Amino acid sequence: MSEAAHQHAEPTGFIRKYIFSVDHKVIGLQYIGLGIVAVVLGMILSWLMRLHLGWSTLAIPGLEKLSPAGAPGNVMTPEYYLSLMTMHGTLMVFFVLTNVPFAGFGNYFLPIQVGAPDMAFPRMNMMSFWVTFTAFLVLIAAFFVPGGPPLSGWTAYAPLSAVGQDAGPGEGWGQTLWALSIAIFCVAQLLGALNFIATTLDLRTKGMSLARMPFSTWAWFITSVIGLLAFAVLLPACVLLILDRTAGTSFFIPGGLVISDRLQAHTGGSPLLWQHLFWFFGHPEVYIAILPAIGIVSHILPAFLRRPLLGPRVLISCLAAIGFLSYMVWGHHMFVSGMNPFSAILFSVPTLVITIPATIATLLWIGSVYGARIRFTCASLFCLGFISVFISGGISGFFLAQPSIDTYLHATYFVVAHFHFVMGVAAIFGMFAGIYFWLPKMVGRMMNETLGKIHFWFTFVGVYCIFMPMHYLGLAGNVRRYAAFTDDYLAPLIPVHQFITIAALITGAAQFIFLFNLVWSRFRGPKATENPWQATSLEWSTTSPPPFDNFGGRQLVVHQEPYLYGVEGSAGDYVMQTSPETVEAR
Amino acid sequence: MGKAFGVVLIIITLVSTAVFIFHDFHGISLWLPVDASAHGHRVDHQLMETMYGSGLLFVLSQIMLGLFVWQASDRPEGWKYKIFPGGAKPMVISAILLVGIEILTLSFVGSKVWADIYLTPAAPEALPIDVQAGQFAFYFRYAGADGKFGALHAEKIDEGSGNFFGLDPRNDVAARDDVVVASLVIPVNRPILLTLHSKDVIHSFYVRELRIHQDIVPGLMIPLHFTATQTGRFEIVCTQLCGLGHYQMKAYLEVKTQEEFDKWLKDQEAAQ
Amino acid sequence: MSQVDITAESGHAGLMEDSPYGIPSGKLAMWCFVISDAVTFSAVLFAYGYLRIGSPDWSTPFQFSPTILNGIGMTFILLSSSLTMLAAVEAVKAGRKSAGFGWLCATALLGALFAALHLVEWGRMIDEGWRLFQNPLGGSVHFGAAFFSITGLHLLHVVGGVCALAVIAVGYRRGGYNSIDVEVAGIYWHFVDLVWMFVFPLVYLMNVQ
Ligand code: HEM
Ligand SMILES: [Cu+2]
Ligand SMILES: [Cu+2]
Repeated sequence: MSEAAHQHAEPTGFIRKYIFSVDHKVIGLQYIGLGIVAVVLGMILSWLMRLHLGWSTLAIPGLEKLSPAGAPGNVMTPEYYLSLMTMHGTLMVFFVLTNVPFAGFGNYFLPIQVGAPDMAFPRMNMMSFWVTFTAFLVLIAAFFVPGGPPLSGWTAYAPLSAVGQDAGPGEGWGQTLWALSIAIFCVAQLLGALNFIATTLDLRTKGMSLARMPFSTWAWFITSVIGLLAFAVLLPACVLLILDRTAGTSFFIPGGLVISDRLQAHTGGSPLLWQHLFWFFGHPEVYIAILPAIGIVSHILPAFLRRPLLGPRVLISCLAAIGFLSYMVWGHHMFVSGMNPFSAILFSVPTLVITIPATIATLLWIGSVYGARIRFTCASLFCLGFISVFISGGISGFFLAQPSIDTYLHATYFVVAHFHFVMGVAAIFGMFAGIYFWLPKMVGRMMNETLGKIHFWFTFVGVYCIFMPMHYLGLAGNVRRYAAFTDDYLAPLIPVHQFITIAALITGAAQFIFLFNLVWSRFRGPKATENPWQATSLEWSTTSPPPFDNFGGRQLVVHQEPYLYGVEGSAGDYVMQTSPETVEAR
Repeated sequence: MGKAFGVVLIIITLVSTAVFIFHDFHGISLWLPVDASAHGHRVDHQLMETMYGSGLLFVLSQIMLGLFVWQASDRPEGWKYKIFPGGAKPMVISAILLVGIEILTLSFVGSKVWADIYLTPAAPEALPIDVQAGQFAFYFRYAGADGKFGALHAEKIDEGSGNFFGLDPRNDVAARDDVVVASLVIPVNRPILLTLHSKDVIHSFYVRELRIHQDIVPGLMIPLHFTATQTGRFEIVCTQLCGLGHYQMKAYLEVKTQEEFDKWLKDQEAAQ
Repeated sequence: MSQVDITAESGHAGLMEDSPYGIPSGKLAMWCFVISDAVTFSAVLFAYGYLRIGSPDWSTPFQFSPTILNGIGMTFILLSSSLTMLAAVEAVKAGRKSAGFGWLCATALLGALFAALHLVEWGRMIDEGWRLFQNPLGGSVHFGAAFFSITGLHLLHVVGGVCALAVIAVGYRRGGYNSIDVEVAGIYWHFVDLVWMFVFPLVYLMNVQ
């Protein structure tokens, strides 16, 4: 490939170097930075929500300043609770889970792991970040418009989300901005996915056959393919929603609605149409969130188990199978939605089938832990923790996949527990593992292991204290998206909510240890060598941090499988991918 | 570190499981309320099957992980790793076989339970009741002496005057004797056929004790049938985010004996 | 699509692994874009079908003259523009610069003509009282919504394509773009043409009185 794209010289000005940079490494860090801002915001929102759920009349000092209408006298109104919940979910799913493990780490490490000097389309890459950033600003703007942020949840079910102001506070400007933000976000993700696919297929260096690509590269690649098709559906769905809201169409709004005592002018639309479009995107989206984390964990584990994972080909096939099946199961979110009850059975079966590749992957990880001598670092602890929370979250899927049981559990805290474990916490653990593992490469400094381990233990025990009890609440029939539990049936469960709130506050506070560690290590951490973990993939064959063109003008040649640990190599018990020596397979 | 991880993980697993098993704590019940419907025991049974199967999977896999990590921490420098007996093959095969069989039975039996509840029509003698949901209340309508429901007119809906359904008694004879109330009162052991509709946004109809749950979608008339097998008073709650009052949107279901029910209905007819 | 980025030629000069499809990145990305865009169109067409099946009072307002005749004319023009695009790619591959430039311009002009005819069509419907939210015949309002949003989405692609073709034509003559860029534009243009082959029957022919 005659690479005009890669001949560009290293820019010198601050703006071209750090702001409007075309360097995939800078862009990756920008995504990660944006993700960290979003996760802190999302976490603070979750504290406010949790406080309100535990003590619904509690005055939270300063809240009134933030939103005079949302918290008169510093006590949150129910509608403000719902707004915070909506923003929490949207920030977490789109701006954290999609931005960090996929766009962030993917941007930084995918080109390096395949031995490329940059992405296939560096300028388009820069554009996708800034489009994402615009989407973020548009979403945040919803906090400051009249009526406040939208309250219809991250799923934005029509007609609540489509009829406008009459449906309640936040359903005016706030909801329009939400739809706009998500539409913009879709565009950015589509551009990003094109870039990832082209880079993976076209820019692999000599010897980096598809079979020699690390798990993380595979996961980013498969995720891009999923994203390419999923965001392509959410984009028009959001545009149609905006048309319903601003141009008077009725795609999602049936006739004869009386809202706030006003007969609405819309006629003939279908609320279920929105649900079909949304979940056709929405289910694949949860895999967009989790597959990169799976890839990252599978990439990091071998370096600390000092052995290759069992069945690497099988694992990659599992990822691909999960991606493929993810398009056939969207209806499992709609068992009680009023769609034809027969289709519930059709959606239930492929949903249950997904548990097979997921179980295989889990068993491969556990089986790989067997018989290894583990190097316990923060990165490996978070990987082991990931396996555990992924199991905990996956198990509840068996329940929710069956329409007959979902009738009882749908829209209860059981669901909240399920998706937080399997998508939220698992992906966040993948993120933490990634940061502890790769930060030395990204900034050239090691993180503090002691602080990191304290952070791990608080987080690991904490998430179980927060999310495990939510299963019990769900079984007891505790409905979700409730601002307070006022009725006779739910009131006795409030102590459990209080327990969860306290756990969430402590766990949240522990995250500041991490943030401190991050900032402190960035400036004061001990200098990182080129390969501090004695790992094998290409990112460890260059300096920390890598130079502008990644390998300082060298063109690497790959000779080995990606995870040759536990062998006799000239460097020790491992053989780098770039090493030309011959190794005997074990 | 590995020992700590193993111990903590196993404690977490055991405590989590113990709460599932004991689930009653000083008046806080963390379990499903007693079933009061004709079909509910089948849902509960299906849930228990799943609970045993996946509970076993949960405990085994977490403990396995914990144990392996525990073992891994004692090993000397220069340790040569051991491969799990048989390598990846037994895992793939056991996952496909065990989980495959599990999901086959679950989906086979579960689909039958689902089909019997949602895919079979209501018994012909079922008592028809009409349900209107709106921000943030439920209303229920009985056909009255003529056995016929009056037609619905959205433009006539008026909360102020209590016309929650949009009836037109002046021009519509069938509507004149319709009984509209704010609680759902039904006779025990008699099939009930609800017709659910909404005047504004999506709501949901959820009665925990009856193990029924159905979204109420504006623009659709959704049938839902069930039989209550115990008298008593249960909550009907909305579970679909419908706006700021969502958390307070509820009504009561009162299951009475047939005689009490007949008397109640007669009183209501007289009162309206 | 940005410009310098797609200058990648095929053939990796032995430094890289071969791409599994043996095509340059620009083309690969365009194929991926086309797949994704096809999914977008499918989603909108699915919404149209879903609402149409649910609307017993669907209107079928089109008459053979003028609407369908006009549509056939537009179809013909778009098909011809695919042919001129093919000719442009052939010329460019053979290194015939001015022929390539000419064919590209012809393609862009045909595209512009298509868009103009389409806008005339829109104007006529708007005069008759059709809106996104209004049906002058009193039937389902979704007709206007579906018609304008689906054809509008397609029109957006045509207009975007015409602009891109114009830029590429000029850039190609000046040497800023090479034959690969022209080929990539060709993939896009044929796709826009192909989509019309779905839109025309589904949105026009199925709504004939
Ligand atoms: C700091 C830890 C977290 C806590 C304490 C927390 C707490 C909560 C709470 C209380 C709700 C509202 C439940 C309801 O009323 O239905 C919620 C909803 C949600 N959370 Fe979290 N959360 C946390 C982290 C995350 C993460 C990491 C994600 C990323 C996936 C996430 C995604 C969501 C989503 C998608 C919703 C649903 C919002 C909706 O219903 O529209 N959360 N969370
Ligand atoms: Cu799903
Ligand atoms: Cu509600």
